[in-house]
Amino acid sequence: METTENIIELRHITKVFEDDGFTAVKDFNLEVKRGEFVTFLGPSGCGKTTTLRMIAGFDVPTSGDILLNGKSIIGLPPYKRPINTVFQRYALFPHMNIYNNIAFGLRQKKTPEAEIARKVRKVLDLVDLEGFEARSVSTLSGGQQQRIAIARALVNEPEILLLDEPLGALDLKMRKEMQLELKAMHDKLGITFIYVTHDQEEALTMSDKIVVMNEGKTQQIGTPEDIYNEPATAFVADFIGESNIFGGVMTGKLLARFCGGEFQCVDDFPEGTHITAVVRPEDVELTAPRLGTIRGVVDSVIFKGMHYEITVLSGKNEMVIQSVNSARPGDLVGMRVDPENIHIIRAEDHTNTFYADINAAHRLEYNGHKLETSLTRIIKGSKRMEDGSILDGNGEIIDPSRMRVLVSIGPEDIEMTDEQDAGLIQGTISNLIYLGDHYMYVIHTDLEDFVVYDEDLWNMDDRVSLIMPVEKMSFALRKK
Amino acid sequence: MHFSRKSLGIPYAVFLLVFVVLPLLVLVFYAFTNGQGQFTISNFTGFFTDPNTLGTLFYSLLLAAVTTAVCLTLAYPTAYILGTSKLKSRSVIVMLFVLPMWINFSLRITALKEILTILEGNLAMYPFLNAVIGMTYDFLPFMILPLYTTISRLDGALTEAAMDLGADRTRTFLEVVLPLSLPGILSGVSMVFLPAMTNYVVLDMLYNSTYIMGSLIGSYFSAYDWHGGSMISLILLALICIFTLLTGGSEETARGGALL
Repeated sequence: METTENIIELRHITKVFEDDGFTAVKDFNLEVKRGEFVTFLGPSGCGKTTTLRMIAGFDVPTSGDILLNGKSIIGLPPYKRPINTVFQRYALFPHMNIYNNIAFGLRQKKTPEAEIARKVRKVLDLVDLEGFEARSVSTLSGGQQQRIAIARALVNEPEILLLDEPLGALDLKMRKEMQLELKAMHDKLGITFIYVTHDQEEALTMSDKIVVMNEGKTQQIGTPEDIYNEPATAFVADFIGESNIFGGVMTGKLLARFCGGEFQCVDDFPEGTHITAVVRPEDVELTAPRLGTIRGVVDSVIFKGMHYEITVLSGKNEMVIQSVNSARPGDLVGMRVDPENIHIIRAEDHTNTFYADINAAHRLEYNGHKLETSLTRIIKGSKRMEDGSILDGNGEIIDPSRMRVLVSIGPEDIEMTDEQDAGLIQGTISNLIYLGDHYMYVIHTDLEDFVVYDEDLWNMDDRVSLIMPVEKMSFALRKK
Repeated sequence: MHFSRKSLGIPYAVFLLVFVVLPLLVLVFYAFTNGQGQFTISNFTGFFTDPNTLGTLFYSLLLAAVTTAVCLTLAYPTAYILGTSKLKSRSVIVMLFVLPMWINFSLRITALKEILTILEGNLAMYPFLNAVIGMTYDFLPFMILPLYTTISRLDGALTEAAMDLGADRTRTFLEVVLPLSLPGILSGVSMVFLPAMTNYVVLDMLYNSTYIMGSLIGSYFSAYDWHGGSMISLILLALICIFTLLTGGSEETARGGALL
């Protein structure tokens, strides 16, 4: 038998929902050690709950494998998995009293009634609800129901406890209390917890390990400190805490240019590398104009209690600063950042690619639109024969039914418009990140997702049409 | 001129008084008087000493019980499949079950009669069976709708919670789904059982010789024995009241009925 200290492993998990073809999770990989507190963190629709449901057994992965103690559990129904779930809306059985709710799992295992009584008392003690046995579910407050839901899962002594946004329905004060209690429970019981939340503060407070997810894909796996201090992608930096995020380029050894200035940094990338720079608002120091690395004009000042939130415009860039000292709108100020407080990420390549078909007339088509170019122009060395067929650079005939063309276009070359008929394809804005002097948008279309840079602010879920100039495209012939 | 909100209820109160309360009082009056208009309880004692009337009562109960059981057996799986499916078109399918009720009642029963005649040859050969088929045909939607309403409102997380806690599909059904759909079952049962006790028009139109409470009352009135007929009606009313109290009121009934 294979020995491993990983209690559960997810290998290349992909989930495509059959009814609408939606890919909820893409190639998800994770190893969880026994006793760890792991949190799946991400915005709604990022696939975190789907992943949890696949571990519980409610959803079956389209591909990939789930190993519990080294053995695949992919074929096991939920009732045969030594895993219990605390549901988002508690899901207590309304026709049973508290005792019977908690005893439900033990009765399925044919535990003797005397032992059930002992265990129920013990677990009610654990969640601080002694003497609630005979109460009915409807007489409990939300917080109490949540504790019963936790007790009902824990009484079965599961190997893994899954928690699906368990504190989402509670008010802020109760949520903070329960966070600490859950953490204490985890430390006391030593059970592996897998926790799902969209609340980054909750994740940072409770977890040993955080899995940040977006659009079905893992963005970063790490400790709360790693995730906060060393975000791996612009998305993580944007999602965790408040950040100033800028697109930029390396201009020398440990020297990065962004936000209209040249900053010393501690991350070593080759000169010329496109980068994303992340600066936390609390790490920006306001100085006299001539002492700053960059200068700007104070745009707005908001009092936040512990500090002032100051927005400074520097050219087209916007920097948000948290400072204990106030400033006046209109002031000219300098700004500097310690090198260790600048986090540099190699920029993700946002070049969009898609396949265009070659129609019978040897024209390129995408989404039912003709691309105004000819094959002979875009394929090196190709020529049109007298009978209309086209030879590629090697002199072989291009068969439209067996070949297609891979088209690439940069995110800065695509233009968004409200006029739906004006562009090649239409979609909705599903993601938006401010990168200092422009916004990065992800446009979700029926065919593929496009990344577009635009200086103007559009709204999430706006329906836009994408204008893609043929002269900005590059092409490559591919076999189907 | 000002109307209070209460005065909006006056038309219905008048209707209630003229067509429900007064007839009921007349019914009580006739039930406890004889042909000479004198007070008597002989109509009451007569009902419980006459083997014919008692036999009819038990036969009606049996017919209603069998009809209800058949309706429940047919309706529950259907309602369960519909109520738990993720189909977007499920409300359309539910509508299909209600659709026959839009067709004229006598037309439907006449059609049923023709079908049964083709299948059985002579309708007189299976009076009880035909009575059950006729009533099931007529009352099935009243069973499906409250069941569907209750089951479709069941929180899917509850069945998942049961399975998560180790209950297989059978035990999840028996320990969670079935108990939680009990309100729907009760209202469906009362919406089928009660009319099945009294509705004799269906049987009449099927040329059915089965004699139930409704037919019994009808025969008394057509023989001008208003006193005996009134007493039987009153006893039936009392039985229905008891049954309704036993099945726990009519809140669910109203909800299911509102869908029609």
